[in-house]
Amino acid sequence: MAVLVNSETRVICQGITGSAGAFHSEQMLAYGTKFVGGVTPGKGGQRFKDSVPIFDTVAEAVRETGATASVIFVPPPFAADAILEGIDAGLELVVPITEGVPVADMVKVWRVLQGSKTRMIGPNCPGIITPGQCKIGIMPGHIHKPGRVGVVSRSGTLTYEAVGQLTALGLGQSTCIGIGGDPIVGTRHKDALQLFNDDPDTDVVIMIGEIGGSSEEEACAWAKQHMKKPVVGFIAGATAPPGRRMGHAGAIISGGKGTAEEKYRAMEDAGITICRSPADMGRTVRDLLRAA
Amino acid sequence: MKIHEYQAKQLLAAHKVPLLQGGAATTSDQAVEVARGLPGPIWVVKSQIHAGGRGKGRFKEDVSAEVLAGVIEGTPQPGKGGVRLAKTLDDVHAAAQDMLGKTLVTKQTGIDGTRVNTIFVESGCDIARELYLGVLLDRANGRDVIMASAEGGTEIEEVAEAHPEKILKVHVDPVVGLSAYQARQIAFFLGMSGKQVNSCVKFVQSLYKAYQAFDCSMVEINPLVVTKADEVIALDCKMTFDDNALFRQPQVVQMRDISEEDPTEVKASEYDLSYVKLDGTIGCMVNGAGLAMATMDIIKFHGAEPANFLDVGGGATKEKVTAAFKIITADPAVKGILVNIFGGIMKCDTIAAGVLAAVTEIGLQVPLVVRLEGTNVELGKKMLIESGLNVIPADNMADAAQKIVAAVAAKEA
Repeated sequence: MAVLVNSETRVICQGITGSAGAFHSEQMLAYGTKFVGGVTPGKGGQRFKDSVPIFDTVAEAVRETGATASVIFVPPPFAADAILEGIDAGLELVVPITEGVPVADMVKVWRVLQGSKTRMIGPNCPGIITPGQCKIGIMPGHIHKPGRVGVVSRSGTLTYEAVGQLTALGLGQSTCIGIGGDPIVGTRHKDALQLFNDDPDTDVVIMIGEIGGSSEEEACAWAKQHMKKPVVGFIAGATAPPGRRMGHAGAIISGGKGTAEEKYRAMEDAGITICRSPADMGRTVRDLLRAA
Repeated sequence: MKIHEYQAKQLLAAHKVPLLQGGAATTSDQAVEVARGLPGPIWVVKSQIHAGGRGKGRFKEDVSAEVLAGVIEGTPQPGKGGVRLAKTLDDVHAAAQDMLGKTLVTKQTGIDGTRVNTIFVESGCDIARELYLGVLLDRANGRDVIMASAEGGTEIEEVAEAHPEKILKVHVDPVVGLSAYQARQIAFFLGMSGKQVNSCVKFVQSLYKAYQAFDCSMVEINPLVVTKADEVIALDCKMTFDDNALFRQPQVVQMRDISEEDPTEVKASEYDLSYVKLDGTIGCMVNGAGLAMATMDIIKFHGAEPANFLDVGGGATKEKVTAAFKIITADPAVKGILVNIFGGIMKCDTIAAGVLAAVTEIGLQVPLVVRLEGTNVELGKKMLIESGLNVIPADNMADAAQKIVAAVAAKEA
């Protein structure tokens, strides 16, 4: 049944009437996601594409549709508030796609998430997809293929690159999780590895990281003790200079920490098969599966 | 975003963080005026540049290349630095005149250095002890952390490396805020006693308030000093801000000093492009930060060096792509260009149209390899091929990297 989302997941979109929200809601509907509603305060009672009901509040949407997950396309100044509303409504999963949420806002959100029943993926992420079943986010659905490789990554297009390579080699994916490029994200590499480790439909995992922070190191430390499945690892930013933010708010080597080399070392130490060229991500997974 | 010390101190003053009196000046006469208005009897004249290590830095115009190389390495060098003590108003004038308009090289500026346009004149004080205090985000815990150490004046990274036990880390619960007992923990850890304790508690509390109020990503007080009169004061201050929060910090945005930034990066930011200049020869244009970094990496993997990081973003328009292409080609170091697009949201024909518009306008002097994948990929490729321009198409990332590296090598040979 893959991880976190499947054909039974009932999805709503917060910010469904904005341009990005509307565009991607349509894409998710077309992909076959069980897309049950939208939320835009003040537009309750209207319908999206003449079919999907729009509500004023997330609580109302959950009550009326039985939604369990929400994808959030609310602009940065209001994104944290939208996430908090989703947590308060008791959603199992909130997926804020929004890029540019102030860090101080996310510090508060992170605190509220602890002890709640909600898992957050993102912000500043492409979302999560279980191919053929449920797409929550902005990734191009057509490049994916159902299968048994778990994918976790901090980046958007680099995830598509990895998925594209896998699919081209005939290797489908169980679930692909884009955890997001910000300093504070709801789901980290370690959480994703744990989920894939416990998932009977995942045979192998590809973990894609990048410079900055210690999410990858933390995942490696966990994997060394607990991971039962083979893992392939790639880290973006081996050529990035220290002290410079490389696009993503979280992609910065600070005080000599968070370099690609350090992360590769942690991966090797945890028995993860590393791949140093981003062109070899798919092939490395295939070779590992053949050897197993 | 970064600001100067004198600006950071203005922001701290707004939250009553204890500081010495001082003022900024852009001419030596102005510096004397500022000094005259301060208590004295001694003053400190400080170069205002964004980089640290100013005291140990040396002016490019004053010293030899060997001395500058030593500065970069971090070894002590002869001569005068970018922070000077003045005992008379004439000294203030001389120090200001000596620094303004010159290029200060520090361990952090790199060998090119940074021009000093502003100086800060501050009252001197009798220092009893030099300490360290910093506030930043602890990503692993999702909380702000206040770091304190009695090892003031040295870089905190060095202390963390050699003596982690000499650093106290206090995490702040975002719901509760910073508690007084936590501020006291810091004061006692720093060895304060008597009335110093209360001064320190007030200092830490007001500093954290300023950190929060201005959406800082880091505030560093190094050194934090205890004076002989038992006061706790910020001697130096470094502040950086969360770029994501600048929309609600108009006062901070006004403090941006564009002369401190790479002109190309400033131009890129006007088009909302994420660009970082690097030292190599292969220019890159990519959609998405992760793929952009990976593209830099694969260029290196195939034996060349990237000239830049450039993310055109998910929703790039034809205009943005044109601007991006112009920015890359304006760099004289660029000997070849690699465009790598995995269109999710982005349509490949939009990329192609942007590249063609730019090339038509400014010409193409270097080899160009384009790898397109995703929405409308066939249309995008067709547009490039039918343009009659010398565009080398590539099928995947490895192919693209190999082709651009080979094309540049062939042209150089």
